[in-house]
Amino acid sequence: MNVFPADARFDFFGKRYFAYALSAALLLVAVGSLATKGLNLGLDFTGGVVIELGYPGGADIDAVRETLDAQGFDQAVAQLFGSSESVMIRLPPTDDSHGRLADELLIAMQSETDDVEMRRVEYVGPAVGKELFNAGGLALLVVLAGILVYVGFRFQVRLAGGAILALAHDLVVVLGIVSLLGLRFDLTVLAAFLALAGYSINDTIVVFDRIRENFQKMRKGTEKEVMNASVNQTMSRTVITSGTTFLTALALFVFGGEALYGFSLTLLLGIAIGTFSSIYVASAVSLDMGLKRQDLLKIDDKERLKQAEDSAP
Amino acid sequence: MNRYPLWKNLIVVVVVLVGLFYALPNFFGEEPALQISKRDGGMEQAALSEAQSALRAAGIEYSRADLQDDSGLIRFNSTDDQLEAVDVVRAALGGDYPVALNLAPAAPTWLTDLGALPMYLGLDLRGGVHFLMQVDMGAAVNTALDRRVDGMRADLRGERLRYVSAEVTDEQRIQVRFRDAESRDQAIDQLTADYEDLEFDSAEIDGEPYLTATMTEEGVETERRAALEQNITTLRNRVNELGVAEPLIQQQGDSRIVVELPGIQDTVRAKEILGATATLEFRLVHGSPADWVDADESGSVPPQARLYQRRDGGPVLLKRQVIVTGDRVTGASSGFDQDSGSPAVFVNLDSQGARRMADITGDNIGQQMGVVFIENRIDTKVDEDGKLSEEKKLVEEVINVATIRDQLANRFQITGLDSSQEARDLSLLLRAGALRAPMDIVEERTVGPSLGAENIQAGVNAAILGFVLVSIFMMIYYRVFGVIAVVALVTNLILIVAVLSMLQATLTLPGIAGIVLTVGMAVDANVLIFERIREELRNGMTPHAAMKAGYERAFGTILDANITTLLAALALFAFGTGPVKGFAVTLSIGILASVFTAVMLSRALANLVYGRQARLKGLSI
Repeated sequence: MNVFPADARFDFFGKRYFAYALSAALLLVAVGSLATKGLNLGLDFTGGVVIELGYPGGADIDAVRETLDAQGFDQAVAQLFGSSESVMIRLPPTDDSHGRLADELLIAMQSETDDVEMRRVEYVGPAVGKELFNAGGLALLVVLAGILVYVGFRFQVRLAGGAILALAHDLVVVLGIVSLLGLRFDLTVLAAFLALAGYSINDTIVVFDRIRENFQKMRKGTEKEVMNASVNQTMSRTVITSGTTFLTALALFVFGGEALYGFSLTLLLGIAIGTFSSIYVASAVSLDMGLKRQDLLKIDDKERLKQAEDSAP
Repeated sequence: MNRYPLWKNLIVVVVVLVGLFYALPNFFGEEPALQISKRDGGMEQAALSEAQSALRAAGIEYSRADLQDDSGLIRFNSTDDQLEAVDVVRAALGGDYPVALNLAPAAPTWLTDLGALPMYLGLDLRGGVHFLMQVDMGAAVNTALDRRVDGMRADLRGERLRYVSAEVTDEQRIQVRFRDAESRDQAIDQLTADYEDLEFDSAEIDGEPYLTATMTEEGVETERRAALEQNITTLRNRVNELGVAEPLIQQQGDSRIVVELPGIQDTVRAKEILGATATLEFRLVHGSPADWVDADESGSVPPQARLYQRRDGGPVLLKRQVIVTGDRVTGASSGFDQDSGSPAVFVNLDSQGARRMADITGDNIGQQMGVVFIENRIDTKVDEDGKLSEEKKLVEEVINVATIRDQLANRFQITGLDSSQEARDLSLLLRAGALRAPMDIVEERTVGPSLGAENIQAGVNAAILGFVLVSIFMMIYYRVFGVIAVVALVTNLILIVAVLSMLQATLTLPGIAGIVLTVGMAVDANVLIFERIREELRNGMTPHAAMKAGYERAFGTILDANITTLLAALALFAFGTGPVKGFAVTLSIGILASVFTAVMLSRALANLVYGRQARLKGLSI
């Protein structure tokens, strides 16, 4: 059984300009959304208070809102969270936001309804939020730099360039979709992004590995032909691995509950985009950056090739 | 022919067996228990036996009671028994033995004795509260300067060098004003030798001779470290007083402390106890009630006194000189005043404090003494430009003014408290020691027990579904080799659980997500190998050669692909906090384990199935 015909000779790179156009469109939408709509930053990064309350037997969301108003929390936003028995109340960081605010809110709500259950309280000070955001951004940069160095060292600088562009492409596009969907960007979503960085590069490396091998093995054929063959040969693996990873991310999406909703959705999006980009962006960009057969040959292979060229004419 | 040398097979078998052994405790679950410790440490068997007999007398069944490390653990069959038991044990042992509700691993002793413990569940899975506290280092330095000024006043008086005033300014500088430049210069000579961590300077302010002193950088650094250390120690004591099982108190960065209290629900009370910098000062009263009102209304306070407000209303003047501070308290308990029946705190002082208290009260019988209750609070604010500012609120109230009837020594009582709850809190705070610097909670995450249980369920369900889906696919697609991949996957999961248990790393919800994701990614290595084998078969290789080539050629790719993912996971670990760190840990362990299971274990299994067949016609792949 095969998910992809074993003897396929599909011309991936001949059609790369369509792929570039698609990528460009995706990037445009993503950047546009990020510029106009921005990210819906979660409590982890903005600071503020989030309280999740359980109302056994169902919550009356209007009554909750009235209580909030009556108790003077007029900036609070209340909404049902996951089920009709769970209410999430968010308070933005305000002038007097401090550790006690969450307690005051909780006590106010509990004094109104008897059997309300505290499910979760989160308070993040504004300074801490800013730090977490910076640390997250730094982590992302370190990951990108580390991968650039590693791929440049193990493969070749043009391939590393392609890999990094592909990776940046994936992250920006997924970030754009997250922004477009208004998904709350919190620490777990950030973790999903970093996991995606690892996953997307993993996918790319496998294709690169085959490209390197084929350049050394296939003495005939243009760069484009060799790369086409490589992508064709690794296609089954790409589809299967993406498929199994997608399946597990889907399991998280279905069963992971509200806590992992953003995390798993980001992964699902990222896996789809990452698979596309490791074929089209990473390899195609390397090709257009002028990747040559010589770049990937071992030193003694290079010498032999040179001798052959010298004696040829 | 494909055969592994014996040593390779042995490695595979040993790793799998060790993995199974360490993963085993996780399958026994947890049982409700009470954890009993002793206030000063050193829990003894006698107390445990006493608790046991009290439980027998009350007719409450328990399954096991043992003494381990610094605490006793009594296990119960049900949570109802446990909840009933807690009051019984508390009543039997008294206040010196904090009793905490706990969940103890239900694994049999032979496993735990060998160091095989279940994974440590994070707060998002077991419920509890996480605090991140910022230590106010500015205040720490100020307090240190205050202490130096007190010392300087005494030194200058001792040397008969007359000064007009000595105080700490807002810019963290000590300023001492003298009548003439000559005595100032003498004072500088004298003090420079005694205070090594201060830099002295002379200055003229409004034509008056002043001595100024600031703390050296080293001094500030020492003070900061000391503040952090003492705060951590104090927090430990306070948490022990609260009776929390398995608390975590840890330094983070150079000015923050993480406190994690599993199972705590009443965060309001926890915060009051942890964050309170409440302490006491004992000072002699200055002047008469008429003087107090005068000073309050005119605003001119005599130089040797300070104006305070009383809790029950009205001003009071107390002498600047402190008799004894809360640091000198060695013990404190709450109760009721025998005469009035109002809530009281009984205080014990250490020898130095007792001596000072005895000296001063002995000289001042008939005079009045005030008890100052000091509480420090900081609010962080954000202004319109998004800039941060901190507002410090210092609550200093005189809770009690009483006439000294007799010389006080190392044990006395304080009254004037609002309620018996306040008396209890104050005695707890005094017992646990004062915080050296006030702290502000900058992050709080509380998870209720029901949400914790739901999170575990959600994670486990997702893991099972992901595993089943991937397994079915692999077995249909790769047949015999698919079964091999599934066995490798199961082993991979066992190894992850085993390593997490061995490291006693914290398992969080994102951590479970990491494990689930690993399931999807771990088969990748096997997919790479199997696709390669198929390819080599198509290219006309014999089954044995194809198997060998598939495993060997795919290895380089697997290594490259996994190292890059590992890079990402390590960055996550380095920069992430809390749950995200847990995700990074499981992801890293998952990657390492998957390389082992997908390459070595699956090869060993494939060799086992096909390796000995000399005339192998084909592979079921």
